[in-house]
Amino acid sequence: MTTMTERKLTTQKAISEAIAQEMDADDSVFVLGEDIGVYGGIFGATEGLLDQFGPERIMDTPISETGFIGAAIGAATNGLRPIAELMFVDFFGVCMDQIYNNMAKIHYFSGGNVKVPMVLMTAAGGGYSDAGQHSQTLWGTFAHLPGMKVVVPSNPYDAKGLMISAIRDDNPVLYIFHKGVLGLGWMTNNPRATGHVPEDPYTVPIGKAAIAREGTDVTVATISLSVHRALDAADELEKEGISIEVLDLRSLVPLDREAILDSVRKTHRLLVVDEDYQSFGMTGEVITTAVEGAFDYLDAPPARIAIPDVPIPYSRVLEQFVLPNADKIVAGVKSLLTA
Amino acid sequence: MEIPRDHLVDMYSTMVKIRYFEERIREIYFADKLPAFDIGAGEIPGEMHLAAGQEPVAVGTMPHLKPGDAITATHRPHHVAIAQGLDLKRMTAEIFGKDTGLGHGKGGHMHLFSTEPNFGCSGIIAEGMPVAVGAALAFKKLGKDNVAISFFGEGAANQGAFHESLNLASLWSLPVVFICEDNAYAISVPKEASTAIADNSDRASAYGMPGVLVPDNDPVAVYEVVREAIARARAGEGPSLIEVKTDRLWGHFEGDADAYRTDEFKESMTDRDSLVVYGDRLVEEGILTADDRETINEEMHGEVDEAIDFARNSPDPAPEDALLHVFA
Repeated sequence: MTTMTERKLTTQKAISEAIAQEMDADDSVFVLGEDIGVYGGIFGATEGLLDQFGPERIMDTPISETGFIGAAIGAATNGLRPIAELMFVDFFGVCMDQIYNNMAKIHYFSGGNVKVPMVLMTAAGGGYSDAGQHSQTLWGTFAHLPGMKVVVPSNPYDAKGLMISAIRDDNPVLYIFHKGVLGLGWMTNNPRATGHVPEDPYTVPIGKAAIAREGTDVTVATISLSVHRALDAADELEKEGISIEVLDLRSLVPLDREAILDSVRKTHRLLVVDEDYQSFGMTGEVITTAVEGAFDYLDAPPARIAIPDVPIPYSRVLEQFVLPNADKIVAGVKSLLTA
Repeated sequence: MEIPRDHLVDMYSTMVKIRYFEERIREIYFADKLPAFDIGAGEIPGEMHLAAGQEPVAVGTMPHLKPGDAITATHRPHHVAIAQGLDLKRMTAEIFGKDTGLGHGKGGHMHLFSTEPNFGCSGIIAEGMPVAVGAALAFKKLGKDNVAISFFGEGAANQGAFHESLNLASLWSLPVVFICEDNAYAISVPKEASTAIADNSDRASAYGMPGVLVPDNDPVAVYEVVREAIARARAGEGPSLIEVKTDRLWGHFEGDADAYRTDEFKESMTDRDSLVVYGDRLVEEGILTADDRETINEEMHGEVDEAIDFARNSPDPAPEDALLHVFA
């Protein structure tokens, strides 16, 4: 990388900067959602934007998710490029009809005639004892439903580039930020929540995975905060001479199946780590991809670590028991190597 | 109609208990999160929505309840739960995430559930409203003279669930009372920036039910209006909508910088603090003496302190118990 002084930002500030730059460049971009104005978004994704763009383009809404997400769809099909914020992804229940029956299907129903260029951004994830209606990730639920892209950045650089790509995309993009990668001052963060972010606008392509760390013995495919859990595990394993390749999927839709296959063909072993519920989700899809496309390369049955199909519990000891962590990944990798 | 003295005194005592409970929770919540606030740290982690200032709406409803009456409350549930008489020790233990808690630590402060008394709450806006309608439907079908009370904030009145619930309750003439706790702010968004009309009680007319505004944060005013609505519901005459103008003295959640409300507004809430105003009034009217107030303080504080000690001294759940209770 460059040796010049690198400007560093938190993931949260990288997101708000991406939105600001696109709003500056394109008058059709605007934001609507709860507490996104004076408050700046509960997780800071719109920090400072009200002052810069005013209430006509940074629109605080009532607690009416069906109404304002539906309105974003209508604005998107009529010449604008809205960004709607759903405060917590857990709140999708009150407005899912607009998301999956409307936003995700209009383009298809119209035989490609009508475009829905909008971003639905939302916060996800647990680890701070916020209980079962404020701690889920749920990206697998959305990825299961055809018609929307699902983007889940793990670091500041990707967060900015993927947000700009999402805004410029002519499809509906669900942009999910895990609270634990944002670098918020009021929450424990991993140290990689702050990192180099170029000042000029740039894009990161949606649908391309990234190798967060190269390795040879086991592929650990994961997303968002669990990328950092895997990187922490990689440091531990390295001390014992075990080399893992950490694959940051970055988006679930499209899923970069080639990147999964390339890595598995190299390492011959696959562990998938996800903070979403285990059954019928990302872990199953990634493993199926490997089995279908690289069966002959596998030296052991693929394994997975995910939420064991229970709602996220409140009590710290219970929540930490169900969440993925570096220790579980270390154990999972070793188990694969002895399989 | 005359209000029995014991009701007037019980309402005050319960207000004292609620306020002291919220103050203790607040103190414990912050104790191990400062100076650098970390929401996930400490003895009580996670979001914490406290109801100091909103006591009147809960205690004014309480004297009219009978065993079996159902309540659904919000993400800010402690005042209602305490007023309805949830086991304070087990409720507190749940807030501390302990195995002795109402939900063995699975739910936390936004997800308190009890069958006796019949109480539930939720972290999603307006989520409890249809559930209250369903409880009332069950009472009607089962021939019980119980009522369901749905508490919700003024922000919830802009959710679809509010409108669907009112329509259903009226259509089926169900024994449910909808009580809007209007604290004027949906987190940072003031009511006038989110709601097309001034008073949500006016929305009752669209659903063919009485709508009553309680303009003051006064337990006696709440008492009188709720008495009539509950009597109406028990008599099989259908639902009512009540809106109470109340005050959320602190931030939306603890740790909220609360910069969206002016200092003048916050001072005005302190000046009209219903706990002080109502207590003074009871003394002026000769219902309580200053000594009585002192005794009430001691008793209520003692009960809260005991519950907190119980919670603190209770064991954590076993980690693997996270896997229990997904199915019956």
